[in-house]
Amino acid sequence: MFYREVGEFKSSYAADQVVFPIRQDRYFVWTFVLFAFIGVPLFANAYWLSGILIPFLILSLAALGLNLLVGYCGQISLGTGGFMAVGAYAAYNLAVRIPGLNPLVAFLLAGGITTVVGIVFGIPSLRIKGFYLAVATLAAQFFLDWIFSRVAWFTNYTPSGSLNAPPVTLFDFTFDTPVRKYLLCLTFAVAFAVLARNLVRGRTGRAWMAIRDMDVAAEIIGIRPLYAKLSAFAVSSFFIGVAGSLWAFVHLGSWEPLAFDVNRSFSLLFMVIIGGLGSIFGSFIGAAFITLLPLFLNQFPAWLGLHWSTALIAHLESMIFGALIVFFLIVEPLGLARLWSIAKEKLRLWPFPH
Amino acid sequence: MGSLTTWQRALLALLGAGAFAATTPVFAQANDQFIPVLVYRTGAYAPNGAPWANGFVDYLNLVNERDKGINGVKIAYEECETGYATDRGVECYERLKGKGPTGAAAFNPLSTGITFALTEKAPVDKIPVITMGYGRSESADGSVFTWNFPLLGTYWTAADVIMHQIANKLGGYEKLKGKKVTLVYHDSPYGKEPIPLLTELAKRHGFDFKSLPVTAPGVEQKATWLQIRQDRPDYVLLWGWGVMNSTAIKEAVAVNYPRDQMYGVWWSGAEPDVLPADAGAIGYNAAALQHSSGQTSVHADIIKNVYDRTKGSGKKEEIGSVLYNRGMINAMVTVEAIRTAQAKYGKKPLTGEQVRWGIENLNLDQARLRQLGFGGLMQPLKLSCSDHEGARMARIHQWDGAKWVYVSDWIEGNNKLLRPMVEEAAKKYAKDKNLTPRDCAKVT
Repeated sequence: MFYREVGEFKSSYAADQVVFPIRQDRYFVWTFVLFAFIGVPLFANAYWLSGILIPFLILSLAALGLNLLVGYCGQISLGTGGFMAVGAYAAYNLAVRIPGLNPLVAFLLAGGITTVVGIVFGIPSLRIKGFYLAVATLAAQFFLDWIFSRVAWFTNYTPSGSLNAPPVTLFDFTFDTPVRKYLLCLTFAVAFAVLARNLVRGRTGRAWMAIRDMDVAAEIIGIRPLYAKLSAFAVSSFFIGVAGSLWAFVHLGSWEPLAFDVNRSFSLLFMVIIGGLGSIFGSFIGAAFITLLPLFLNQFPAWLGLHWSTALIAHLESMIFGALIVFFLIVEPLGLARLWSIAKEKLRLWPFPH
Repeated sequence: MGSLTTWQRALLALLGAGAFAATTPVFAQANDQFIPVLVYRTGAYAPNGAPWANGFVDYLNLVNERDKGINGVKIAYEECETGYATDRGVECYERLKGKGPTGAAAFNPLSTGITFALTEKAPVDKIPVITMGYGRSESADGSVFTWNFPLLGTYWTAADVIMHQIANKLGGYEKLKGKKVTLVYHDSPYGKEPIPLLTELAKRHGFDFKSLPVTAPGVEQKATWLQIRQDRPDYVLLWGWGVMNSTAIKEAVAVNYPRDQMYGVWWSGAEPDVLPADAGAIGYNAAALQHSSGQTSVHADIIKNVYDRTKGSGKKEEIGSVLYNRGMINAMVTVEAIRTAQAKYGKKPLTGEQVRWGIENLNLDQARLRQLGFGGLMQPLKLSCSDHEGARMARIHQWDGAKWVYVSDWIEGNNKLLRPMVEEAAKKYAKDKNLTPRDCAKVT
């Protein structure tokens, strides 16, 4: 009744090709983004910002990058943690070794370096597919882990191998309070989401999807697999590299290779699968599911006034979390984003479903 | 009431287990001093994390039950499970730092990784970070690391004490020349910390130093010990945590490396580390951070006031184990720091900044320790603006198959060697972070 395209007439190609063709969608997204930029900083406390929202936004960005590769181009990667580490260590080395370089610029340059590394590790994808590619990218994960904990140059010869991020500044403005950090991460996440959305609607994204759906057919209709696959690795690594540098500089502030170990790769892949392969929105709800749900389960008993032992709560957290993953995968194998789009389709027909 | 399904019964059983296993955290009231407790009772490090946490919480309960708080100010605390993971630790820190009427008094993260992350956050929030026997070695320099307190000994102190014991047994430092010493370490900042000091000692005394990393959590060490079998080092130093320690001892048994030539840091010298290896662990040495296992009058107080009132958080039999004692001492130091700060700021809940002053001016002499029931468990501890470590005394204890026995006298870390290294590393940190060190001559 309220949510439908009937009555919305497009009189130009530009209007026909906007990101959200339905007016209500546009309003909703704009309200949501405005709320995130203005409402959240007004209402959220420091714990919500630095304990929950900042890690959520950064991991969403990484999941978004991975989704471009796995969801849109069909190339499975288990090296995401390693690529985040490349971003983090590249940003650190740029910021420390080039005096006067703004860390924000270093983040983008680090994304660039991660792109190059991503392309190198993406080369095997031209010959191998599926599970075999997953194993090849897993090798990237272990190699990158190893190099950052063994080669002292990358850690600027710090004895313990743990790095401290220099402060993130823009002119005279320092991103030090939770609100400022949150807004910085939000800006990155929104900008990259818009970028990703436009990439996947365009020629590049269509080439990725063609490769994903059937690479032989895609090649026959004139899509170059070399270009399509490597560009997917490149763009995806860029996103992940920037996310890695944000994770290190903005969220942790001090980190070690363990912060980007293989578990990070797995959890990001789970975010993408649970959120929805091939969906920008899915990356965000997947990240929310994987990062926020354990925290919620951990604190829920206390909200109910149940003073259980910490160990019991931690065990319950793992059990319920695991059960919910299985539940959602059975109920909706296409991810949480699919549930959302089903809801929207139902809403279009409401109140007269046929 | 109809018959219950299997599911309903399982759920009820679970709820029942929850009710019995409950260690009711005390929730903050308006006039309470809030102490956050970062713990890990699950995961690969739980065998070592749980006794520490029990000791810590039991002592806080003891102060509430026996003394009705610190000078009448009740302690409120809340546990947060970190699983030894840095990102969960940071989340716990953010969750707990603002609780209670005055915020968190001090954090005891019990993880070097989390300590590194909190070192960046604590100065902003003005909350001290107490890292008793772990953390950043250079944070012993209080002029740069205002908010860090690596009390009772850093990893550098531990490495120095262990090498001193080895030299003693050989009959002097000059006998170390040409010997082969291998460090088997947890591949994380924790394990890497002693490397600079050991490298320096190797240079000075002419022994051959080699380090072998073990990937966390350390259940897979076959390759490492194969290499040890080939090299046959004269001594193996073990810098492990959790399941890595017992695995290392079992692997040493497998390659027939003599256990009495193995020396663990104080985090590799507790009951959970040796018990899984059974008789294989006999003869294994480790540094003891002030204390070993055993009970004193404070344990009797805990049993009487906490366990007999069913407020204990662990098993009664585990009271007095090495890590239990360490958690308890850790809690006592935190409580005494608050008491010291109360003398200056008044008997009310204090902020992290006020507690920081209390830690820095903490002075626990032998008489006071005996009064607290810690006589024989630890040596006096006195901090200052420049020295945030307070004491550098340790002993070596050895596992005899049933208990830990001391095999050395008190050994003091060589401050002539340690202090310049601490200051140099701290200076580098200050330069990197653009910090101006405090002038300790002017601090009162």
